[in-house]
Amino acid sequence: MTLTSLAQATYVVAAVLFVLSLAGLSKQETARRGNMLGMVGMGLALVATVILALDVSERSLWVTALLIAMVFAIGASIGIWRARTVEMTQMPELIAMLHSFVGAAAVLVGFNSHLTATHADAVHQIEVFLGIFIGAVTLTGSVVAFLKLSARMKSSPLTLPGRNWLNLGAIVVSLVLMGVYMATGSIVPVLIMTVIALALGFHLVAAIGGGDMPVVVSMLNSYSGWAAAAAGLMLSNDLLIVTGALVGSSGAILSYLMCKAMNRAFISVILGGFGTEASSSSSGAEQGEHREVQAADVAEMLTDAKSVVIVPGYGMAVAKAQYPVAEIVEHLRAQGVEVRFGVHPVAGRLPGHMNVLLAEAKVPYDIVLEMDEINDDFPETDVVLVIGANDVVNPSALEDPGSPLAGMPVLEVWKAKQCIVFKRSMATGYAGVQNPLFFRENSAMLFGDAKAKVEEILTEVRTKAGASA
Amino acid sequence: MKIGVPAETRRGERLVAASPDSVAKLIKLGYEVVVQEGAGTAASFLDEQYLEAGATMVDAAEAWGADVVTCVNAPGAAQIKLLAKDATLISTMAPQSNEKLVASLAKKGVTALALDAVPRISRAQAIDVLSTMSNVAGYRAVIEAAESYGGMFTGQVTAAGKTKPATVFIIGAGVAGLAAIGAASSLGAQVRAFDVRPEVAEQIGSMGGEFVVAPEAQQEISADGYAKPLTEEQQAAAMDVYAREAANADVVITTALVRGSAPTTITAAMVESMKPGSVVVDLAASGGGNCELTVPGKTITTDNGVTIVGWTDLTSRMPRHTSTLLGTNIVHLMALLTPEKDGHLVLDLEDVVQRGMTVAHQGEIMWPPPPVSVSAAPASAAVAGPSEEELAEQARVAAEEEQRKTQRRNIMYGIGAVASLLLLSFADSATVQHLTVFALAVIVGFYVISNVKHSLHTPLMSQTNAISGIILVGALLQIGSADTLVSTLAFIAAAVASINIFGGFLVTYRMLGMFRKDA
Repeated sequence: MTLTSLAQATYVVAAVLFVLSLAGLSKQETARRGNMLGMVGMGLALVATVILALDVSERSLWVTALLIAMVFAIGASIGIWRARTVEMTQMPELIAMLHSFVGAAAVLVGFNSHLTATHADAVHQIEVFLGIFIGAVTLTGSVVAFLKLSARMKSSPLTLPGRNWLNLGAIVVSLVLMGVYMATGSIVPVLIMTVIALALGFHLVAAIGGGDMPVVVSMLNSYSGWAAAAAGLMLSNDLLIVTGALVGSSGAILSYLMCKAMNRAFISVILGGFGTEASSSSSGAEQGEHREVQAADVAEMLTDAKSVVIVPGYGMAVAKAQYPVAEIVEHLRAQGVEVRFGVHPVAGRLPGHMNVLLAEAKVPYDIVLEMDEINDDFPETDVVLVIGANDVVNPSALEDPGSPLAGMPVLEVWKAKQCIVFKRSMATGYAGVQNPLFFRENSAMLFGDAKAKVEEILTEVRTKAGASA
Repeated sequence: MKIGVPAETRRGERLVAASPDSVAKLIKLGYEVVVQEGAGTAASFLDEQYLEAGATMVDAAEAWGADVVTCVNAPGAAQIKLLAKDATLISTMAPQSNEKLVASLAKKGVTALALDAVPRISRAQAIDVLSTMSNVAGYRAVIEAAESYGGMFTGQVTAAGKTKPATVFIIGAGVAGLAAIGAASSLGAQVRAFDVRPEVAEQIGSMGGEFVVAPEAQQEISADGYAKPLTEEQQAAAMDVYAREAANADVVITTALVRGSAPTTITAAMVESMKPGSVVVDLAASGGGNCELTVPGKTITTDNGVTIVGWTDLTSRMPRHTSTLLGTNIVHLMALLTPEKDGHLVLDLEDVVQRGMTVAHQGEIMWPPPPVSVSAAPASAAVAGPSEEELAEQARVAAEEEQRKTQRRNIMYGIGAVASLLLLSFADSATVQHLTVFALAVIVGFYVISNVKHSLHTPLMSQTNAISGIILVGALLQIGSADTLVSTLAFIAAAVASINIFGGFLVTYRMLGMFRKDA
């Protein structure tokens, strides 16, 4: 039994633990165990790797050990600090940022692999080339996603003329460069390709509108996995291959599920530019008159209702209104009102973003329902509160075949007896489409900052509860 | 400006045009509100409550003398005298049948707004008192019927035997009819309802009633939301339906009021055929009654033991809620008339809602207003959908398209498989082994993630993100390289990857800790 075979055995155990970890995360009940299994797997893999790294070290053992210790010190301090302090509303930014790290690591590992290669093997060269390519695209793509999500960059899609041809051109040139690299073994084509791939990653994500960010983030997640898998292939490391493939395919399927939820072809999301044609065609004309209500009236409706559904959207996250919303829910439930949440698959800027925010505000997860679970219940619902959501409750998605949202499944809130929409103004949503919901007879608008308004309602609900108790 | 709320002058009237709540809202619009002493007592709103809401209590003369006077019933001659010359009067007026009143108001020079002449358009629904009144009347009709009916509405099975639920037949599914359907079915009765407009079937169903289908008696979809007078054949067919249903019903509630007049729906012969102890409630009694035997304002019992309720004051019998709702209607109207919210009434005769309500202005008779043509029926219902052939054609095209797609996809898969085969046959056995592992892992990942709960997507993503930090393994193995460049690059790679690992796992842990089940 050599150290290497021991490490290999540990890797197998770690890979199995990773699979179990992801499996565990598919259900609320087992999610925490899944998280733990992942940590244990990672711990085992790292211990084995450190021992192996010390064993194969070409310099003095102590220097290598010191370097490794420094790596962990840096990683642990920054990682733990970020993880502890991040606001749940900023989760999408954090995740995008972390993706870019994997991309960066993959690029560097790829270059190292080229530099340390002892023999010019064609397959190895392809692997190095691919690894760097995917890594570079992930790196800049994630950075752009991060910038867009943290509003440091405009979220509207960047539409260069002939953008699809630019992308295709970048890929073709990269393929040619791969041929050159395989023929010469020189590092120059790899460097050129890296620059092209970086530009490609930037352009790909810059061309995607803010509304499609959930898909982009999970797509980048997938890329980061493929980058790791490519690194595994070039280093002939099975653990990397297995893990990378797991992450890659899981990210891909998440993106696919989300595209299905939006009824959009995956390709068209990736190619970007959504929302530009739409705003010019049908955003303009208002479609009637809307009715306004005040917070006090809403409070009254809520306390008198039997069943209430709250539909949160990105607006709630921006205003950080989840805490007062959760408190209202608590009060109403104490008074015997049935309150549930209806979450659209693409609400927020990250898949499942709303669920995390609501969980943070201590809303029990079993009253937070998905679109399919709640859509049939709207006709029996007395009051629906739409807080900061727009496109996901747009009836024209179902009724107007010419709408840019046509065919996207939406939460059918207009079937409820009364629908209150919290909004800053009558402006359109991300898709730039006017929402006929606002002009329905059973809808009323509550204008203003979502958080301020929700707090006003909370005060009213509280006084009512106090009065009746 | 000052809004006056006088006590109602009609005998036995228990309603009032403002509740303490609505007074507070009027004051918010910038008005000063004066309420006649004791105006709300019959609707159980005490003077103290009005005072608390910010109103001033005054005598009749002062209430009638305000800048804006709002009441439920049209004033009599004595009250019109009390009105100021340029005052605005807001009340129900029935202008279509009350020419004398309209003329005398115009002569007086007041601006008269008829609450019962609000155009039927969506935007005006909030001020439509007819809807409000009909709603209350429909509910009350069921209560009156339940009182006169000698049994329980709901069916019961008890140790002492079982009772059948009452069968309630409701004619007309307007606001009143729908309210009656809802009230009767929530008392447990079996509710059947008929309307000449077939498009209301869904609304009837939604309130818990069963729609009586009789195509020969039902007309086309209406353009303005009101039912049209029927043709003779339709009329005869409808009468057959009424006769059939009435004979089987324990309670019949009629609500047919076509623009103020009440067509006969229940003939004396139909009442004759009804079971002893059954009840007819005639909501159209004020217009003469839908039932031939109705005595407006009275409840009578026929020789064969059928009670016919002909109250014309059903809304007045629920004064508290009717007044509250009416008050809110009036607040909505005042909000429309007070665009600046500064207590100054501005009448805009260009606005169809305001024009439609105005029956007298600056000495002139403004009734009737120009017609408004806005459909209350859903527009989509009137548009014919694609025909069956078109649908079939579409389906065929879609199927062909699908087939072509599948074919193309199969070809692509085939090419992909051959290409991978060729590539793999060039690679050495170790690489093939790695690729095998790779392919299997992809498939495992696919199945593991496919059934993940949507609510866990974010934690899942940050967990997979942490796991993909495994690339650290590759970097760590390179860190010990003798080449300084390699070692430096590896160090940087390892550092960022380890941030990923620590950050990813911890933040997942933190998030999962937040999810809790309802205890």
